[in-house]
Amino acid sequence: MERLAIRRRPLLLLPLAVVVVAGVGFVELLQQAKEGRYNPHKVPNLLVGHPVPAFTTGPAPPGTGFSAADFQHLSHPVLVNFFASWCLPCHAEAPLLTELKDHGVAIWGIDYSDSKAAFHGFLAADGNPFTRLGDDPNGAAAVAWGISGVPESFLVDREGIIRWHLGGPLSPPVVADTLMPLLHKFA
Amino acid sequence: MRRLLPLLLILLSALPCSAATPILTPALTPAEEARATAIGSQLRCLVCQNESVEESSATLAANIRQIIREQVAAGRTNHQIMQWMTARYGDFIRLDPPFNRLTLLLWAVPVLAPALGLGIAFAASRQRRPPPAPLTEAEKSRLAALLE
Repeated sequence: MERLAIRRRPLLLLPLAVVVVAGVGFVELLQQAKEGRYNPHKVPNLLVGHPVPAFTTGPAPPGTGFSAADFQHLSHPVLVNFFASWCLPCHAEAPLLTELKDHGVAIWGIDYSDSKAAFHGFLAADGNPFTRLGDDPNGAAAVAWGISGVPESFLVDREGIIRWHLGGPLSPPVVADTLMPLLHKFA
Repeated sequence: MRRLLPLLLILLSALPCSAATPILTPALTPAEEARATAIGSQLRCLVCQNESVEESSATLAANIRQIIREQVAAGRTNHQIMQWMTARYGDFIRLDPPFNRLTLLLWAVPVLAPALGLGIAFAASRQRRPPPAPLTEAEKSRLAALLE
């Protein structure tokens, strides 16, 4: 009797072990989410390491629009920024983009699913940090670049290869720790 | 009627508003339309992630539906369109994940889980105590004495 009870004990502990492992994993996920290291809605972008996809944008005055062909023979890396006037994080990101522009960073903006009037309101309120501007009214360029929302940013090197992607607004730590070193690397 | 008017207005305001930008869907034959719908049903909406592109009312889903229809109209195969999507969003965009090294466990669980359960049940049944040996004559007489 005693012998059997001992032999069965590991089996009885199995459900408990499963609960403990799942619990520890869950707490770790919550902790990461709290610190902003884990986003359950994060969508992967597989274009990093690949050339700029085929796409085209229309004119977005004062910008005249641009397409994949414009990424050939660049003299400097380009930060491509998808934004929209209806997107609050895009407004929040604008001062940082202006700061980057003042540092001489070329920022090519693509205005996603926007109205002309609202877009001009955006430029009037937040300034224009963009070297070039393109209009993407029906999201064809956005999907070609594999974006899942705005804002999203990409760093394209001088050969037209996408080197970095950020799904979400730029922040001072991301600019200082990731973007600036990459801009120097691909300058 | 006058009392019904506010109710009607409320109901009217609940009607879905049409998209801000006109979507210029290319003219598709019924067969092409069915193919486009089938592809859209297999793609995850990246905004409302438990809905398919075909079901979702998100703008991005409408953008993707438009691109599927354009590619169908251009004569691209289902496989080519799927590849175009996964080249950007990875297998994440597929509601029906492919069988590969990463999804091996996912696909194997329906087989592994019953196998594990049966294994545990089998192991437990083997350990079941054998029925007690029949009583000896001495034990029987002692039991009879106790029961009296």
